[in-house]
Amino acid sequence: MSEKLITEEKRVFMTGNEVVAWAAVAAGAEIMYGYPITPQNEIMHYWTRLAPKYNRKFLQTEDELSAGFTTVGGVMAGRKAFTATAGPGNTLMQEPMSMAEAMRLPTVAIIQQRGGPSTATVIYSQQEVTMTTFGGNGEGLRIVYSTANHQELFDYTIKAFNVAWKYRFPTFVLGDGYQAKMRESLTVYDPEQRGIELVKPEPYVGKPGTPGVDREPGHYRNTYNVEEELYEVLQDYFKDYAKMAKEVAEYQAFDTEDADVIVLSHGVVSRGAKEAVEQLRKEGKKVGYFRPITLRPLPEDQLKELANKAKKLLIVESAQGQFAKLIKDVIYGSSAEVVPFFKPGVGITTEEIAAKANEIL
Amino acid sequence: MAKVTKIMLAGEGGQGVQSVAQILAEAADNEGREALYIPNFGVEQRGGVSIAFLQISDERIGAPKFDIGDIVVALSSRAVYRVKQYVGENTVFVYDASIDVPEEDLPKNAAKVLAIPALETAKNELHPRVFNVIILGAVVAATKVVTDKAAKDAIEKKLGYKFEQNPKLRELNYQAIDKGMQLV
Amino acid sequence: MTVQPAMPKCWRPESKPHKFCPGCGHGLVLKALGEAIDELGIQDRVVFGCDIGCSLLSWDFFNVDSIQTHHGRTTPVMTGVKRANPDLICIAYMGDGGGYAIGSQHLVNAATRNEKITVLLALNTVYAMTGGQMAPTTMPNQKAETAPYGRDVEETGYPTQGPEMVAAIAREGAYVARGTTANLKQLKSYIKKALKNQMEGKGFSFVEALAACPTNWRTNAEKTWNFLQKDMPKYFKVGEKKVPGAEEKEGQ
Repeated sequence: MSEKLITEEKRVFMTGNEVVAWAAVAAGAEIMYGYPITPQNEIMHYWTRLAPKYNRKFLQTEDELSAGFTTVGGVMAGRKAFTATAGPGNTLMQEPMSMAEAMRLPTVAIIQQRGGPSTATVIYSQQEVTMTTFGGNGEGLRIVYSTANHQELFDYTIKAFNVAWKYRFPTFVLGDGYQAKMRESLTVYDPEQRGIELVKPEPYVGKPGTPGVDREPGHYRNTYNVEEELYEVLQDYFKDYAKMAKEVAEYQAFDTEDADVIVLSHGVVSRGAKEAVEQLRKEGKKVGYFRPITLRPLPEDQLKELANKAKKLLIVESAQGQFAKLIKDVIYGSSAEVVPFFKPGVGITTEEIAAKANEIL
Repeated sequence: MAKVTKIMLAGEGGQGVQSVAQILAEAADNEGREALYIPNFGVEQRGGVSIAFLQISDERIGAPKFDIGDIVVALSSRAVYRVKQYVGENTVFVYDASIDVPEEDLPKNAAKVLAIPALETAKNELHPRVFNVIILGAVVAATKVVTDKAAKDAIEKKLGYKFEQNPKLRELNYQAIDKGMQLV
Repeated sequence: MTVQPAMPKCWRPESKPHKFCPGCGHGLVLKALGEAIDELGIQDRVVFGCDIGCSLLSWDFFNVDSIQTHHGRTTPVMTGVKRANPDLICIAYMGDGGGYAIGSQHLVNAATRNEKITVLLALNTVYAMTGGQMAPTTMPNQKAETAPYGRDVEETGYPTQGPEMVAAIAREGAYVARGTTANLKQLKSYIKKALKNQMEGKGFSFVEALAACPTNWRTNAEKTWNFLQKDMPKYFKVGEKKVPGAEEKEGQ
């Protein structure tokens, strides 16, 4: 029984769900709580195969409420705990995640988006953006990474655990059914060998000593008796969030300097957007590419700058404007015209994006 | 930009199109090339038309799905209707000769339309089980996207444990690839 | 200066007097629990989870690590803690709405999986914090805010028999009992057995405690006592429902 799953960097070829399981092991995740739902099932399948070999644990719960709340419990016990879900499961997951938000718990959840609303399709969409960024009865105090390929799925799953435990906001890796099920190559590695320090978890409950004798008890709550008390707590959270946002927001961009049209996309759609922009540039068209990697917090300064420089922003997504809504909120009052290209619940090809960008140039 | 070969395979569940796509993808990966394979899946565990999108290139691949394939393979009549939309003027359209589809329903805009007697060959000359491996050979020959050696190595990797128990199976599979290559 | 009865050692003096209404049963259940914790000497290992409803008022009740969760979700939170750190002794404290209505799937599945946690449930036949609506355990013909003419069993069924249900689905190793705040000594002994069951790793443990809610029952002291001591036990029979080892004995 080797202590580490990945002893040296190597190229592998696997599905996205397998990538997540490998990354979670590499990140030092200690326990997964989960409930079956397509298209994330294989994360559990691979995790349960790996877990006993590397002294990790798994619990299959009775539903996603329980998967989320047991994850909360695991985190409060001081373990790197995580869950994975999709679609209607993500809907249920919002309740425990709002508790995590209220109590600043470093939960990690992998979301493999499927069609919506309701049961819809088990295949693919980008329709869980609103829910994953701002779900629950809260203020969206979350960190959401929207990955585009297997390498990122690996990198950002590892990063999610670190960022969650560093800043204590619930953290999500937002994938989708395509990323979950497709196979492509990536390089897996042991993060510590690459100099990535793994943030150590700390228990909220069960610290050494007798509470009230050797130490104060940990009394954790999400209920407040008066409005002002809640308001005060939230003000501190917003301050922490704003500070964190500057350090955590990430994006990718190219050819935006002189672009008339900037194609804005996120997640797996940005693969096609990237290709489309590259093709159009070769044809001499003034097109640029911008893609937030974090949907919460967004790279706000960069987005505002773009929106005052380019003539048009072509927002492409596999949802009816959920991503666009986030962007428009940030760039409100800017000069660029927003052109939507929405295909809810359906994949978007390079050809389609290129054609649309060409049309509005 | 590097040339990407876009391959679509469609058939009835159980015909083995996903295995063909996976073996091809792994063969390309083993050669150090980039491959992206994504199955089209629905709520049913079994049944329905099964479609595989496969892209192979020397560089990293863009969107997982595409509008038009370089080669589109249909192994059942339902599959023919389902994949017609992915056929363009540069597409080689391959279908099994035994499929009962009226001539006028076959795609007309393809660069080339090939009927190959894979099912018949499998049944009469080899074994019905290697039907999909004949298709694999045909795709390899039609696209040159991987060498037949790489395809055989990938099969070995996937089914080697079975071949150990029954070396005749290895022979059968290799013959099926060769046969498929000859059919194109 | 009046002489106060001795508080359990693990109670938190700073949060006393507690936040429950006069005559409320929660204080008594938590007294039995506090004494059980003291007598077992486990204050340093207990994690106390409390639900929504009046039970949430106990979030700072003890000098033990405590987590106030959501309505019905204390069972999975405590399950998560226990699974992640089996050295801790996890107590999920809730009312009958949390246990038998909104969180019933968690109770059923925790019992089925034989989770090594202790669920302590205060039964007072109403949703108390939200103002006295009908609960799963409201007695036949008993009036409640959403059953102003009394619970009609034809329309809304009969009160949940929680421990009987849990005893029926839990397997060997589980401990299940129903106590009452009308008999604190007995209730404490049940809670102690439940906690010991968890500590010995035998299985799931569940104790329901009959408790009064004079505020929502709108009863005076005498009527409160009568309802708790006479009416409720007619329907909710006090006693142990499942004890580890009993099945083997029955078979002999």
